Amino acid sequence: MNTLLEVSGVSISFDGFKAINNLTFAIGAAEMRAIIGPNGAGKTTFMDIVTGKTKPDEGRVIWGEKGQSLLGLSEARIAREGIGRKFQKPTVFEDQSVQDNLLMALKNKRGPFSVLFYRPSAADLERVEELATTIGLNEQLARKSGELSHGQKQWLEIGMLLAQEPRLLLVDEPAAGMTPQEREHTTAILVEAAKTRAVVVVEHDMEFVRRLDCRVTVLHEGSVLAEGSLDHVTKNPDVIDVYLGR
Amino acid sequence: MQNTIFARNPSVLIFLSLLGLFTLLVTLGAEASGTGIISTSFVKTLGKTLCLCLAALAMDLVWGYCGILSLGHFAFFGLGGYMIGMWLMYERTRDIVAGALADAPIPPTTQEITDAIGTQIFGVVGSNEFPLIWSFADSLILQLAMVVLVPGALALVFGWLAFRSRVTGVYLSILTQAMTLALALYLFQNDSGLRGNNGLSGLQNIPGLDAVPQSVLSVWFFWASALALALGYLLAVFITQGKFGSVIRGIRDDEARVRFLGYPVEVYKLVIFAVTACIAGIAGALYYPQAGIINPAEVAPIASIYLAVWVAIGGRGRLYGAVIGAAFVSLVSSWFTGGQAPDVPLGFYTLKWVDWWLVLLGLSFVLVTLFAPKGLGGLVDLWSNRKSPNRHGADLGPSAGALREQEASE
Ligand SMILES: Nc1ncnc2c1ncn2[C@@H]1O[C@H](COP(=O)(O)OP(=O)(O)OP(=O)(O)O)[C@@H](O)[C@H]1O
Ligand SMILES: [Mg+2]
Repeated sequence: MNTLLEVSGVSISFDGFKAINNLTFAIGAAEMRAIIGPNGAGKTTFMDIVTGKTKPDEGRVIWGEKGQSLLGLSEARIAREGIGRKFQKPTVFEDQSVQDNLLMALKNKRGPFSVLFYRPSAADLERVEELATTIGLNEQLARKSGELSHGQKQWLEIGMLLAQEPRLLLVDEPAAGMTPQEREHTTAILVEAAKTRAVVVVEHDMEFVRRLDCRVTVLHEGSVLAEGSLDHVTKNPDVIDVYLGR
Repeated sequence: MQNTIFARNPSVLIFLSLLGLFTLLVTLGAEASGTGIISTSFVKTLGKTLCLCLAALAMDLVWGYCGILSLGHFAFFGLGGYMIGMWLMYERTRDIVAGALADAPIPPTTQEITDAIGTQIFGVVGSNEFPLIWSFADSLILQLAMVVLVPGALALVFGWLAFRSRVTGVYLSILTQAMTLALALYLFQNDSGLRGNNGLSGLQNIPGLDAVPQSVLSVWFFWASALALALGYLLAVFITQGKFGSVIRGIRDDEARVRFLGYPVEVYKLVIFAVTACIAGIAGALYYPQAGIINPAEVAPIASIYLAVWVAIGGRGRLYGAVIGAAFVSLVSSWFTGGQAPDVPLGFYTLKWVDWWLVLLGLSFVLVTLFAPKGLGGLVDLWSNRKSPNRHGADLGPSAGALREQEASE
């Protein structure tokens, strides 16, 4: 397996509390991975570290074929390297239309001057249509995204993520607040995406994780407790103890 | 391209037509046209008001669209005024000195003329030497370039330091206030090279145009101010529409999210901060020749706060709102402080507006912020049926400058 992202020996503490403790994690270039773990296990903090929002106290974060270190790069730079992120709470630009949200995310030059003179090409608009269809929002393109339902905002954010064409998607609780049908659709989108890129999904809902049908990493108190297929980890006594048994 | 701008924003066409109509009416009513309905000094007031509108437009770009509550943009306005003031004062003094020395029995040398100008200009601060910053004062072109370059450069340096360290919200506002205060204190010093608290004066006399009466000059400056406002408005529309506008409004509402999309947020903030500083500089360069004098009190921190108040009262996040706010508040303000407003005798106390106007302004600001966050621009919504979304009191994003529920439209 050729590794796309390799996190090794990473630790960080907030006011003496070790949120991430000697965490090691790796994912291949076209792989789906689910991360589960109880509240406060450090799942979101892990994503913060990979995306450059939080600097770890120690450890290494290595990216891509060239083995580039992501530590010390800005969030924007890391995003341009090809890491896209969906937040736990849906964050879209609520004052702007669905189309504007998607256009902003679409993979294009990010510098101020190219953006100032940017006019959406026919291909770009087509791509936006296509993405909107994928996420079931093609009827809503002109609506302000603030008016969308919670589930629709989640999808819009997933759509923006896909528009960025990242090599690694970090998706934090994508199914929160969705109806069962919506969840199924979300699973399909993510599974499709994982065919060509790496996808890391944080999720509490076991049914959702089961449908993703992928390797599972269990986090607890900031480090990896178990890793393997869902059936494998759910049989692990430690995991039952801290997470499933409660 | 022009067509798409107007098609997407019909308000632009309406704004430009109204501005054109206003310009026409003022021109026809001015003393220069022989009608004399509008006095020359009032034409100047109106011209100055247009410059203030342009500065407010810059403020709206930086605050209303990009969410940076800069309380220092009047410093850039003042700097623009100082830059053009240096040329005006130098050339004017040179004309006078050359005229006086021409009658002398021995023709003066260039050095003698320069020295005489120096004594004339810097006598009030006990000096006769030209400071280094006056090196280009004899060149209109260079001083005009500095109208844009000096505020732009200051904004770049300041912005780079502040944005790079991710200073945002209230802390950034305080820093910008500190910047204006520092500039004002520097200018107040006699050895600042800009005549200390005397400032630069006689700016209404344009060198080489002695034969043109002020009544005509005032109309010319009014036209120039109207043109600058129109061009500034078009530039602002160009900046705020399209993807660039999307990105800066994104920065206003949720700058962290914009970062995770891969946009270099700090660079965008820096661009907007510097461009608006240049616009403010141009506005100042047109304002002070109409005012006739500029002194350090003009760039006092409070002036920049007024700018924010105008934009808030007009309604931030919409370009015409800023213009309406600046025009309305500054005109009403000059009416009250100019002693034209009648005093209100309360029996036990006589309310003098000159003293109480600021209290009234402060009160209106608080009331607008609390009860009519869309400001005067919101009146347009009543007519165009633009409604605010019902978000149960939630702002449109987590960032400090994010649009509030009532400021947004559905
Ligand atoms: N910036 C911070 N400052 C202080 N403590 C923090 C910070 N970020 C995270 N923490 C703490 O680190 C721990 C891990 O938080 P994290 O958000 O990563 O958990 P999580 O696994 O995502 O939980 P959840 O399932 O609730 O989303 C928590 O105890 C949290 O309080
Ligand atoms: Mg979390």
